[in-house]
Amino acid sequence: MKIFPPHFYNRLLFRRFIQSIILILLLIVINFFLIHLAPGDPVYYLAGQSGDEQYYQLIRAKFGLDQPLLTQLWVYLSRVVRGDLGYSLSHQQSVAAVILARVPATFLLIFSAICLASIFGVLLGVEAARRENSFYDRAINIFALLGHSLPSFSIGLIMLLVFALYLGLFPAQGMVSANQNLTGIDYLLDLLVHLALPVLTLAIVQIAQIMRLTRTEMLNVLDENFINTARAKGVSERQVLYAHALHNALLPVVTIIGSDFGMLLSGAVLVETVFAYPGLGRLMLEAINARDYPVLLGLFLIISSGVAVLNFITDMIYPLIDPRIEFKR
Amino acid sequence: MWHILKQNNITMGAIIVLIIFFGAAVFADQIAPFDPLKSSSETFEPPSWKFLFGTDDLGRDVFSGVIYGVRTSLFIGVSVAFLSGFLGVIVGSAAGYAGGFWDDLLMRLTELFLIPPRFFLALVIAALFGASLFNLILILTVTYWTTTARLVRAEVLSLKERPFVEASRAMGASHARILFHEILPNALPLVITNVTLMVGGVILLEAALDFIGIGDANRISWGAMLHNGQHFIRDGWWMVVFPSLALALLVLALNVVGDVLNTALNPKARSAS
Repeated sequence: MKIFPPHFYNRLLFRRFIQSIILILLLIVINFFLIHLAPGDPVYYLAGQSGDEQYYQLIRAKFGLDQPLLTQLWVYLSRVVRGDLGYSLSHQQSVAAVILARVPATFLLIFSAICLASIFGVLLGVEAARRENSFYDRAINIFALLGHSLPSFSIGLIMLLVFALYLGLFPAQGMVSANQNLTGIDYLLDLLVHLALPVLTLAIVQIAQIMRLTRTEMLNVLDENFINTARAKGVSERQVLYAHALHNALLPVVTIIGSDFGMLLSGAVLVETVFAYPGLGRLMLEAINARDYPVLLGLFLIISSGVAVLNFITDMIYPLIDPRIEFKR
Repeated sequence: MWHILKQNNITMGAIIVLIIFFGAAVFADQIAPFDPLKSSSETFEPPSWKFLFGTDDLGRDVFSGVIYGVRTSLFIGVSVAFLSGFLGVIVGSAAGYAGGFWDDLLMRLTELFLIPPRFFLALVIAALFGASLFNLILILTVTYWTTTARLVRAEVLSLKERPFVEASRAMGASHARILFHEILPNALPLVITNVTLMVGGVILLEAALDFIGIGDANRISWGAMLHNGQHFIRDGWWMVVFPSLALALLVLALNVVGDVLNTALNPKARSAS
């Protein structure tokens, strides 16, 4: 066990924090260059393609489009940094407000999927590692391979066909039933019933990945000496697996949940499309169809920054839960 | 290598599936019974001997669409993997071999492309620049070359310190000779596996983009068929089930073969499955 003084962690924290800020600034610069490299007048991408000439003039003045490129970059950067992502003509609202309104729905979807996937992924992975090369282990491996190869939208469409349209167990679309002003417990049940299929679809792919990783890590840890020691001391097998070994194997799992957040969000966009679930993905689709570029670019920026922030958080949690590193308090 | 492939039924199955799919892609004109873009009055026909996978809302034959879809998927998957591999090897080996300033510059550039999630980067560029076949291949290459570049750089960094490279240097070999005759041939197995494993991922990403509806309407692809099919899912399950199955089967076969190739060519790397 390595013991580090607390300021070591603080310095690490500070460095990663600065790095994340730079990353987000770079993302804004990427956005800026996309706007200017795309075919046609940059004003279309700053205003959206439904405005009139007068509105375009207004936007040109606002973003200083007659100025040199570097000045434009500065204007754009300082606007975005202050939270001004532009105005959406199709929603008649600021882009930031449009996006914020959709965040809770997607958050609910992703959070539920992560919880479900972590629990089942870890459990199935540990059981597979315990019975290495058994029939169960092989079945789990095939499932992992399937989850790795099946696109989330195909899984979603099949689930929709079987569980919603054929068996009629769950509603096919939306986040809540339309035209029924439910309240209290009824509203909550309605929400959960609508959430079931999208969450399950999103979780299946994650379960496969977490399971695969947990299994590999468990097999590595189970070879180590401290496991033999624990067994020799007469610790029960369940304790060895779930207390001694799993504690060490969980680290990469935490990393995958953190680093795969981008994948999870991509999956969420596709799953929301399948189930007409009113989250960020749905918004993205609407923005593409309406050529509402401010919303599209705003979403791109928010989602990428979200991923950068989450990576930062995972990196900071990692040394705290790694049993091999200890920070003296 | 062949004995490793032979000992496993799943692997053999995957290879047979791949051969069938490649065959379908090459001979699509001969196999497909109908023109996949030609509409007819026979709409929403369930699967039958005439229409093996049924027909869609415009009376187009789904089986023919699936057959022509293989061609699109494989063409995009293979060309993107090849281009990304090529670009990745150039950038990665230049960075790893030159070291110092060039290494820093090239790697920071690579990281820049790695920040935004792949799907969103591709989606936004496609929405802004259009998603013709040519554009799509470029866009996907832009989002995929980074993995190879980083992998090759790390490999070159480790290889260039090995004794056999040092011996070559001591004998007065030029930089070009050291890089192309000593280092890169040894990094090749890694590149081959990486590129093979990439094909499945590229095909999935392309299908996802077409499923979102970003693609061009005249391109026959599984993603586009699913995009169309989901609107009529109540009228014909076959419109989504068959393209989905084809997509899953192809990617599954590619992943299985890629995994086996990985174990065969890079014995030190522990297989993930």
